[in-house]
Amino acid sequence: MLLHTVNKSPFERNTLESCLRVCEDGAGILLIEDGVYGALDNTVVADLIKKRMGNIKFYVLGPDVDARGLGNQTMIDGIETVDFGGFVDLVEKHSATQSWL
Amino acid sequence: MEEEWDEDGPEVVKRFMYVNRKAPYGTVYALEMLEKVLIAAAFEQDVHVVFMDDGVYQLKKEQETKGINMKNFSPTFRALEGYDVEKLYVEKESLEARGLTVDDLVVPVEVLSSQDLKALMDKQEVILTA
Amino acid sequence: MAYEINGESIEHDEEGYLSDINQWTPELAGLLAKDEGIEMTDEHWEVINFLREYYEEYQIAPAIRVLVKALKKKFGPEKGSNKYLYELFPYGPAKQACKVGGLPKPTGCI
Repeated sequence: MLLHTVNKSPFERNTLESCLRVCEDGAGILLIEDGVYGALDNTVVADLIKKRMGNIKFYVLGPDVDARGLGNQTMIDGIETVDFGGFVDLVEKHSATQSWL
Repeated sequence: MEEEWDEDGPEVVKRFMYVNRKAPYGTVYALEMLEKVLIAAAFEQDVHVVFMDDGVYQLKKEQETKGINMKNFSPTFRALEGYDVEKLYVEKESLEARGLTVDDLVVPVEVLSSQDLKALMDKQEVILTA
Repeated sequence: MAYEINGESIEHDEEGYLSDINQWTPELAGLLAKDEGIEMTDEHWEVINFLREYYEEYQIAPAIRVLVKALKKKFGPEKGSNKYLYELFPYGPAKQACKVGGLPKPTGCI
């Protein structure tokens, strides 16, 4: 199963949408850099992820969340926060990594 | 720029608007825009700074960038008052789409609807967007 | 390019501003001031310390106009003046004081 990384804000680009469209159930999506905005609950784009929660495993990179002042914001239920070490573990655990740009 | 400045103020003052649409750290646009604002302020221009779309995230409180090894420039927005840049605007629609309120922001801002922003934008002489 | 102090090399850019502001020490300030032809007094230190506090709070070095205004607010009109600052730092208070204080060149100074 693939690990997808998404680094663009879903408010600004359709990267997350495209990724979700071709993402197999059982795969993982790690939100990094400006992609972490997609992990927030109570936004107009939160449904993108909520609709696939349970089928896809979602992760968000903690240092990118903290940098953007989102550490205390409500994340969508079920998203797991990882650090850089966790990022490496995810890459290792999946068959290949698809870095969406 | 000359360090000595004219005590009488600048000769030409124009209405400048800077429109911030980008999130703070994924690209360099936000930081570069802030530098442009500071330069315009040093020339004592009539500066208006707008935050819309992901630009509103530039003002989010509690930014902590040590983990990504980048400079946290959100405190610099609080310096703008000392530069006499006090016209800060946030588009209401952008704020609401992100589930944010003015309490989430590092500086006091005026919240404008798209309609009001449209009118304000129309009055500017120079507009820069990034 | 680097300053040498106590057997340590402190990197700086082509204009003499420190590459890493965290490497600044008061002792280094003395060396930097000497390079600029400045004999450090309590009055110089007052400005340097003020600039460093300003940087700590806002993450930028202030433009000269902003520095003068802020000094006036804190220390009164005599010290919050262009003239006073130029007496202390004759080659441009913002540029020179920032350099001695280990801060980057103020934005808006080209």
